[in-house]
Amino acid sequence: MSETLATLTGVSKTYQKGKEKVEVLHNLDLEIARGDFIAIMGPSGSGKTTLLNLLGGLDKPTSGTVDVGGAEISSMSNSQLSRWRSTNIGFIFQFYNLLPVLTAQKNVELPLLLTNFSGSERAHRAGVALGIVGLEGRTDHYPRELSGGQEQRVAIARAIVSDPSLLLCDEPTGDLDRETTSEILKLLQILNREHGKTIMMVTHDAQAAEYANHILICDKGTLERQEAA
Amino acid sequence: MKYFGFIWKNVWRKKIRTSLTILSVFVAFLLFALLSAIGYAFKSGVDVADAERLIVIDKITLINPLPMAYKNRIAATEGVHSVTHSSWFGGYYQDPRVQFPQFPTEPYEYFSMYPELKMPQEQLDGWARNRQGAVIGRELAEQYSLKVGDRIPIQATIWTKADGGRTWEFDIEGIFETEDPRGSTAFLLFQYDYFEEARAFGKGSVGWYILRVSPDSDPVQVGNAIDLQFANSPNETETSTEAAFSQSFARQFGNIALIVTLILGAVFFTLLLVSGNTMSQSVRERISELAVLKTLGFSDRLVLGTVLSESILIMLLGGLLGLGVGWLLVQGAAQAMGAFLPGIFLSSQAILTAIAVMIGAGIVAGIFPALQAMRLSIIDALARA
Repeated sequence: MSETLATLTGVSKTYQKGKEKVEVLHNLDLEIARGDFIAIMGPSGSGKTTLLNLLGGLDKPTSGTVDVGGAEISSMSNSQLSRWRSTNIGFIFQFYNLLPVLTAQKNVELPLLLTNFSGSERAHRAGVALGIVGLEGRTDHYPRELSGGQEQRVAIARAIVSDPSLLLCDEPTGDLDRETTSEILKLLQILNREHGKTIMMVTHDAQAAEYANHILICDKGTLERQEAA
Repeated sequence: MKYFGFIWKNVWRKKIRTSLTILSVFVAFLLFALLSAIGYAFKSGVDVADAERLIVIDKITLINPLPMAYKNRIAATEGVHSVTHSSWFGGYYQDPRVQFPQFPTEPYEYFSMYPELKMPQEQLDGWARNRQGAVIGRELAEQYSLKVGDRIPIQATIWTKADGGRTWEFDIEGIFETEDPRGSTAFLLFQYDYFEEARAFGKGSVGWYILRVSPDSDPVQVGNAIDLQFANSPNETETSTEAAFSQSFARQFGNIALIVTLILGAVFFTLLLVSGNTMSQSVRERISELAVLKTLGFSDRLVLGTVLSESILIMLLGGLLGLGVGWLLVQGAAQAMGAFLPGIFLSSQAILTAIAVMIGAGIVAGIFPALQAMRLSIIDALARA
């Protein structure tokens, strides 16, 4: 029986939209096993990204609890959440969100600024992360000098450099062509299978979802589990 | 320090905009340096003033002379320890545009009145023996490469000689220095007896009296007693402390401190608007980047700190550059204008004030954008991106 990494219990999330209250997630229960690779699919506005935000401590549930790695993050303060995120979660965004003023190497080093590592140790670790994503030769390139696929690889290196247990990917291939999409998804698979990273990936792409072990269908605030093909 | 590289990169994300902002900061602090030095020059006379020295001038205006006959009466006033006199000569050496003060006075009395002026006794004696002798300060000697034994012609602009000539020649008998680094030595002293004998008009008068009160006497009471003696005479007097005299002299040029404060106030207000706008734009342009930083684990306070640091860094870059160039210009001005405006100097207090202003202005200009960055909601910012 696999170990549970994250548990959502009775989680609801309601947003205020003008005078109207919109419930995005409704009384959700979910267990995520350590080392799993889960794709979350569903129509726009179904709560996929909200679910990811709750797991990453970027948002708090209106009710219910979110437990990740034994820490109940739904009751943490903002500063506690910041500290917690820096060591436990790696984020990968659709549009990479690299800092344009920093080189690939410095973008990857960014999360390590929050640690007590020396400058040389930070550089070494960032180099290792860039090596894992296959960008050893691009360390001094700025984001504008990289292709979309390379930018996403740098973003993945940034996400894994502090060795978090959970990677949260919000449509990581949404801005990439088919070939690059495949490369990125294979890279995520490697991180999952060889490096033991637990991955939650939001996607609209059914082919992308097939790289995951499980698929969660999110619709009208509820989840339904499917096995990947 | 580990964040410095990151902050530095952010400061230079828009090179032209940052350069222009730094240029405006540079100009502001260059002005600060120059005006502070000028303000200091006007104030230095007050700072080096001796509390036990009083100056007696004509009640109506400093330009009106006082009778020489007042000297003994002032000396006889209770509480007066010693008295001497001086007058404004107003000549020039070589270049009429570059003037330095010259004063006819009594050699021994003057140096006794100003013990902070130091000169070898034999030079003082030599000056006292030579009616056409003069002594000059070290600054003047260095500026014009003058030495003891030189003969120096001074062209009079006020005091023509009895023979109609305007050239007064003096033998340099000594070079004096001052113990007070704020005091000026850019002036020339010559014998009153020669002045009195050779001038075409105004005989029997002096410009002002300088007196030292006895240690146990109240300078205010002594001053009042002197002015009372000459009340209702053709030459009523006004006696004040040396500091008050220096202040009133400086005020002839206007309230320098107020002028400096007003100019700098306007400059720094504009500077705050310019740099505040730069920081606001800089934060607005990278809302999504700031959200990413927070997502990676940068705390609200750290985000606030980095944005504020950028603002302070811009101020320090422009400010220190402006201060540095200002310092160089002040050094040059001190060389060129030392005789005309002695005491022009960028004090360490002004430098420390400037650095404090840089940091303060950096905080004020950056605080609102920094607070905006700190309060940024990650979810909203990422959704907008």
